[in-house]
Parts: sequence; C-alpha cells; structure tokens
Amino acid sequence: MVNKVLTANRLSDGISVWLDASGNWVESLQQAFIARHAEAVTALEATGKLAFDDNKVVDVNVVDVEEVNGTLRPLRMRERIRAEGPSIPYAAGYNGLAGPNFAA
Amino acid sequence: MYRYDEFDHAFVSSRVEQFRDQVERRLSGELAEDAFKPLRLMNGVYLQLHAYMLRVAIPYGTLSSRQMRMLAHIARKYDRGYGHFTTRQNIQYNWPRLSDTPDILEELASVEMHALQTSGNCIRNVTADHFAGAAADEVADPRPYAEILRQWSSVHPEFSFLPRKFKIAVTGAERDRAAIQVHDIGLHLKKDENGRIGFAVYVGGGQGRTPMIAKKIRDFLPEEDLLSYTTAIMRVYNLHGRRDNKYKARIKILVHETGAEELSRQVEVEFAALKDTELKLPEADIQAISTYFAPPALEPRAEGWESLARWKKTDPEFSRWVHQNVQPHKHPDYGMVTISLKPIGGIPGDATDMQMEAVADIAEEYAFDEIRVSHEQNLILPHVALADLEPIYRALVVAGLATANAGLITDIIACPGLDYCALANARSIPVAQEISTRFGAPERQAEIGELKIKISGCINACGHHHVGHIGLLGVEKKGAELYQITLGGSGDENTSIGEIIGRGFEPEKVTDAIETIVDTYLGLRNDKSETFLEAYRRVGPQPFKDALYGGSAQEAA
Repeated sequence: MVNKVLTANRLSDGISVWLDASGNWVESLQQAFIARHAEAVTALEATGKLAFDDNKVVDVNVVDVEEVNGTLRPLRMRERIRAEGPSIPYAAGYNGLAGPNFAA
Repeated sequence: MYRYDEFDHAFVSSRVEQFRDQVERRLSGELAEDAFKPLRLMNGVYLQLHAYMLRVAIPYGTLSSRQMRMLAHIARKYDRGYGHFTTRQNIQYNWPRLSDTPDILEELASVEMHALQTSGNCIRNVTADHFAGAAADEVADPRPYAEILRQWSSVHPEFSFLPRKFKIAVTGAERDRAAIQVHDIGLHLKKDENGRIGFAVYVGGGQGRTPMIAKKIRDFLPEEDLLSYTTAIMRVYNLHGRRDNKYKARIKILVHETGAEELSRQVEVEFAALKDTELKLPEADIQAISTYFAPPALEPRAEGWESLARWKKTDPEFSRWVHQNVQPHKHPDYGMVTISLKPIGGIPGDATDMQMEAVADIAEEYAFDEIRVSHEQNLILPHVALADLEPIYRALVVAGLATANAGLITDIIACPGLDYCALANARSIPVAQEISTRFGAPERQAEIGELKIKISGCINACGHHHVGHIGLLGVEKKGAELYQITLGGSGDENTSIGEIIGRGFEPEKVTDAIETIVDTYLGLRNDKSETFLEAYRRVGPQPFKDALYGGSAQEAA
C-alpha cells in the first residue's frame, strides 16, 4: 500500500497544514503522521472529517507520499508544491522552497 | 476618473460590514464551510494551494495614485509585500488571512475599491483598452460605457446566478487592445456615417477548454441602446444557457449550438421589447458619466521633442526604452508609457509594495495621477509629456521597473500556475522565467521583434495561451508536467486561435523548443518587417513542425 498523510488548509488563514502523530495540525509535511495500512488511513479520514466539522480546517485530503532518504515526498507535483511552497523566489524573505524534498 | 457617489459609498460599506459578520460567524463555527464558501467567493476570497487568495477589482484597469498606494499598503500590511496583476486587469493577493479580509475590504472601500463580482457566475469586472482616453487611434473613450455597464451589472438581481461567469470587454479603437473577440460580449466603439457613437457587438467568444472567436451580431448599435441590448443578450443566455454541464455553460457554447443567426434573432426579439423602456440611456446620463473621464488639461509641451532627441542620443538604454515602451498619444507632445512588470527572469505581473508606491509617486508627479493595468499584466501611464520621459525613466530604473520589452518576446503573459493555483496542472511562472532569461539580451529581442508568448497552467486558459503568437499550455501527464505548444494565436482585431503544433515538451525542453521556433521564424521571414505572426500566417505550421520534430508526422502527432 502507498503511504498516506492527511493534509488540509487552516480555516483562519488558509495555510497548508498536515496532521501529526499527536493530532495537531502542523505546517511541515515532514512532521506528518504516516498511515501505512488501511486501518490507519480510515482513522486519518475520520480525523479529517471531524476537524472539518469542527471548523478547524478546510479542503481536507488524504494524499500519497513516499519516503526518500528519510524524508517524505508526495507523489503528485501539486502536493509537493503545496508542501514546499511556491517553487520560485517570490518575495523578500521567501526564496522559493524548491529544496531537497521537492525534487521535481 | 469615476468617483463614488453617496449610494456607492453606502453600498460598498454595507457589503463590507455584511462580510465582516459572515467571517466572524464562520470563524466561530456558526457558519459551516458549505454555507460560507459562496459568500466568500462573492467577496473575491478564494482558497488556493497555500493560502486564501483575494482578488480585488480594478474596473476597466483604471487606478489613481491614492488607490495604488492603498494596494501597496495592503500588500505590506496583510500580505507578503507584493501583489499580482492579472490578465483581467485586476490584482490578486496570494497570502491574506481570512480573518483579515474584512479589514482589507474596509481599507479598499476607503479608496473606492472592492472585490465584488471578482468570482462567481455573474458579470465580472468589465475590461477595456488600457490606452483608453489617450490613444492616437481612438474613436471614443470606452471607459464611460464600461462604467455604465459596471453600475448596471453590480449585484444585478436578474444576472447574479447566471449559468456561468460572464465577461464583457470594450474597445474604442480599430486596433483592438482589449481582446474583445475572446470575451462573452465584446463591444467595439465606432461612429456611423452620421458621426453618431455606437458599438459593433460581438457575442460568444472565449478561451478555456473550448476556445471560440466571438460572432458579430450587430454592426452598429446606437449608444443609447447599450443597456437594453446587453440585457437582451443576457436574458437569452440566462434562459437558454446550459446549466447541466459547467463545461458547456458559457455563452460561447450557446452561440455555437444555437447558431449566431438564430441567437441574434432571439436577442432582437428581446431587444424589441426592451428598447424603449427605462433601460434606454438618456444622453444626459452618458454625458454625466463621461465627464468623470474627461482627459486632463494637456498643456503644449513642445520643448519635449528637442530634449527627448538629446537624451536619446546620449543614453542608448533610455533610447531603447522610449522606442519600445512609449506609444503615440493623441496630443503630439505626449506619449503613453508602458511600465513593464516583466523583468528579465522575473515573475510576470508581480509588483512589490515599494514598486507600487514608486508608480503612484511617478503618476502623481508626472502623469496626471492616472495609472492603468493592462490585460498583458503591465502598468500604463496614459498621459506623459515627452519632456518628462527622462525623469520618469530614471525613477523607474531605481524602482526596477524600466525593462524595455513591451510587446517583445520577454513580455510574457503567465497565469500563477501550479505555484499558487488550486486548479492548475503545471507551473507557468518558472517556464516564463526561463524563456525570459534565454531571450533576455536586448539586441536579440529587438532582432526578433513583436512576439507574444502566453502561458497557462491548465485548460482554463487564464494565461490566454490560445491567443498567444506562441502559446504554452501546461498539462499533467503521468504525474509530470508537460507543455503543449500552439502557434498563430492572436487576441487583436484579427483574432485567431493558435494551432497545436505537435506532441508536448517536458519542462527542461520547452525553452529549447521555443528557441527552435524562433530560429525557424528568423530563417524564413521575408525581412525584418515581417512579424512572427505575419510569417506564420504566410507559411503555416509545417516549417515549424519540421524544425521541432524533424518532419516526422509520427512524432508530431
């Protein structure tokens, strides 16, 4: 089975977040809880629905990831860009996050 | 420019307070997302990949310095110090917090701006020629009519839930700089044989997944009938436009399936019933709105010719900028300045808060306090004395805004693409940046001449790729980005939809492919005066296919 993580956007500011093992929504994909079997995925989906219903997050999705040299890498480009930020330097102090985990 | 009256102020303020209450109820959990989403969209608030996005309306792309300073202030206070000017003559902020959006809208209202009807299935921001009121080739200023349409269409109860979004563009010159033939309604201002003002009316143009060139259904519509005739079109569309399939819901599909002749007949039936109603525009109303757009008092500044010639002689960079970015004005002592938002290797359409303020300062000091946003994602100073070009250029250099590339190969339109947009399948910005860098040398750009590259990161075509002389459409194939190239598109008075040239290219091969196309053009053009588009229309796609794919039909398929 492909490993999966739970992602969403925070309601108050829209920033991309991932669910960690403690049940907190964090801004780094690398801290995300990884579901490695079907039961864990089901639990993730239930947690996502609850968080959505609780008005903590919006646009909740389970996404496929792989582990490459100890780091998490979403399989889809779209999710890699969500996780790493725009791939380009776009403003002062934001130099684009085409870092090692992005690897288009 | 237009100034809000008491009604406008009260209306926009009440909408801000209404939205503030809605946001508070959403954040407290009283409103669920399903209920809130259409409300936030009605106020220009989208959710994108990384954050919310706020799209602010800039009616027909016209701004004062005070408004531009407010856009800079919002970028600095509520966002990450920049904004993105769009192909709809609007501005988008990529990082606002939902909780801040009511405050942002309140600040916008203080300078007579808002974000209404920048989303949803309604009549969107009415766009116009960015040189309106200044161009030497203009018959009449399109902005009074765009403003009349804006007032008429704002929260119009009958047209707030159309089958799909609806875009109207107006141009006032034979040279179409507003791409009217790829809009739902395109209006071309003209005069009849008696000197009366009216419009040629085009319907059913559009880009997206089914690009269509609009059909002309009226050769001359008197100006007094603008609202009654537009209402007639909207009624036919509202009644018969498809609501069963969002991909077939635009009026272009209705025109295509009904036929322009039959659709025109239906519009005329509606129009006959509406023609002599309260929708008929009184001359006094047209005049009243037109006074807001009266041109500034342009004093003779003939001294500018001599000083301009002197400056050009001593500074080749300045000379290049004048040649490329300054266009003839109605008044011989003045010009229209394009401020390029396409620095070599930069992000098309982006401007920092400091750059916005610099433009506001320059406009205030030298350009009668007027700024325009072009659909090609540049800024315009429409009224500039030739005598003031040199100090303006110096100020633009300091602000990093003096790139001399208007209309050239590096003046690329690009949508935000997959770097920001939740709908995108591929990135647009890095592709634009690499092409810009490859062709950035001024001499090379000048040698190539006029060439419009337009890039979209998905089939929705916000980057107008269908009407690019060279168009690039990013798609996702087997989880990776791939770019399909179209050639021969154009969004002017001779609008054409680009033809797909062959199989797509991987990101690392796109710029080489563009270079092959450009080199092929340089090799086959009759002489330097034959533009890329003219040459393509003369020779067709085959020489470009041969160059890109070695003439192999299999590879090009």
